[in-house]
Amino acid sequence: MNVAVAARPVLRVVEHHVLVYRRTWRGTIFSTFFSPILFLAAMGIGLGTFIDDANPEGIAGVSYLAFLAPGLLVAQAMQTAAFESTYPVMAGIRWLKTYVAMILSPLGTRHVAIGQLIWVGLRVTLGAVVFVVVMAVFGAIDPLRGVLLLPVAALTGVAFAAPIQAFAAAQKNDAPFASLFRFVIMPMFIFSGTFFPISQLPELLQLVAVLTPLWHAVALSRGIALDVLDPALAVVNVSYLTALAAAGLVASFRTFGRKLAE
Amino acid sequence: MSTPSDAPLVRARGLTKRFGDFTAVDAIDFDVQPGEAFGFLGPNGAGKTSTMRMIGCISPVTAGSLVVLGMDPARQGSLIRGRLGVVPQQDTLDMELTVLENLLIYGRYFDLSYAEARRRAGELLEFVQLADRAADEVEPLSGGMKRRLTIARGLINEPDLMLLDEPTTGLDPQARHLVWERLYRLKKQGVTLILTTHYMDEAEQLCDRLVVMDKARIVAAGSPRSLVEQYSSREVLELRFADGSAPDLSGKLDGFVERSEQLPDRLLLYGPDGEATMEAIHGLGIRPLSQLVRRSSLEDVFLRLTGRTLVE
Repeated sequence: MNVAVAARPVLRVVEHHVLVYRRTWRGTIFSTFFSPILFLAAMGIGLGTFIDDANPEGIAGVSYLAFLAPGLLVAQAMQTAAFESTYPVMAGIRWLKTYVAMILSPLGTRHVAIGQLIWVGLRVTLGAVVFVVVMAVFGAIDPLRGVLLLPVAALTGVAFAAPIQAFAAAQKNDAPFASLFRFVIMPMFIFSGTFFPISQLPELLQLVAVLTPLWHAVALSRGIALDVLDPALAVVNVSYLTALAAAGLVASFRTFGRKLAE
Repeated sequence: MSTPSDAPLVRARGLTKRFGDFTAVDAIDFDVQPGEAFGFLGPNGAGKTSTMRMIGCISPVTAGSLVVLGMDPARQGSLIRGRLGVVPQQDTLDMELTVLENLLIYGRYFDLSYAEARRRAGELLEFVQLADRAADEVEPLSGGMKRRLTIARGLINEPDLMLLDEPTTGLDPQARHLVWERLYRLKKQGVTLILTTHYMDEAEQLCDRLVVMDKARIVAAGSPRSLVEQYSSREVLELRFADGSAPDLSGKLDGFVERSEQLPDRLLLYGPDGEATMEAIHGLGIRPLSQLVRRSSLEDVFLRLTGRTLVE
């Protein structure tokens, strides 16, 4: 089948999200633009000054800001992806039922699921562009190298978005989302190597940390940013995140299909 | 439009829908002909919506056969949906978009160019009398306006067949009449309509032919007039008595009353001539609190077929 023809219904779903975002983007300015700036300034520069004073050799040979920024980039991607794949999916299926309206047209439930995922990928990438610009302004990265981080952020976003949208579609109400953020996203944000090397953790927790998708995203992002990429590890990181995205998408075919067209 | 004019647009044989152990639609047969307005009449839970969702290629058929526009919903659902206009029970409008944008993006789902979608949206907003609200948000619109917008949305692809699931439920009388009037115009234009309703007057106003559904089955089929003729009398005399004082009329009104129905609040006497029946009752010295002679309606048909009123 012609790829362009097959992709068309998915693009229509993405188009819907873009159209809605044109009306709602103002509400996301803080989370997309200011929050990363504040975080980088407070942690990277504020806290970073203390850390750098205490460790003249730096962490992994660089300033705390340079160490933190690429990790924070993907952690931010994770959070945006998690948010955009929970409440909006619940709204599309149950609250506003915009997905229900879609499948009354030639669009099918899989188009809706893929379109949603692609949209979140775009949303995350948009946030990552802003973040990388801020990193460059703060001198945390060379702008050209920063461009290489964008696909990492996008992959991270999709890797989290896919299984989360599958989960979100299966829920009757939004109560489980709070638990997801509290018990899954937040601990990962803190303990997956974003703010400090996981070698600081007890050995057992190190093992757990290495199994989290965010650790793989951080390793990849930091490896590229600091130019210390281990190719073998990078293959593992990319494979892990890609597999998560693929498995999540397949799962969301099931849950979207069941909730929208039973 | 490409369907031969004599072939039914929808043909169902033994059509069945089950959710686990629950049978929502139990082996029903019906045909919908081009150009007609076809109704599913029945109380909530009768299986109307499940039937509509199968025709709309949203919900898979459990058993039996269903052909829509000459195609198989299981294999050609997307193609079929491309030629349907669907007005679901809930409006499912996009509250984050304007009235016009709701139509534009919906046109895009049907692969219209923006220019074409814009042209059609303009015409449709005129048709449903919302042209002056095009740039407004959807949220503050009244229920009737939202309904009309949903109808306009369902027409954006110039469908061969329109599916309307309870098009006026929840609307005030004025809004209902406006919706009916628009649907009547569509019918005049030759659009085939399938609608579900639990309103008798709606079915009588709009449907050329209808099936009465109860407990997942079709219990009667025909035109509103033929159903009334077949299952009810020409006229109905409605009597109200003071609490519990309904007199025993059995055997006293032979020749006037073919059948009677005792409801909690009134007694219905079915016969060819309500006035004559009333005189006969007065002749017996019985004085009801109130009396009303009216023409028999689908409500009476439903009562006859199921022993229950439609909307409690």
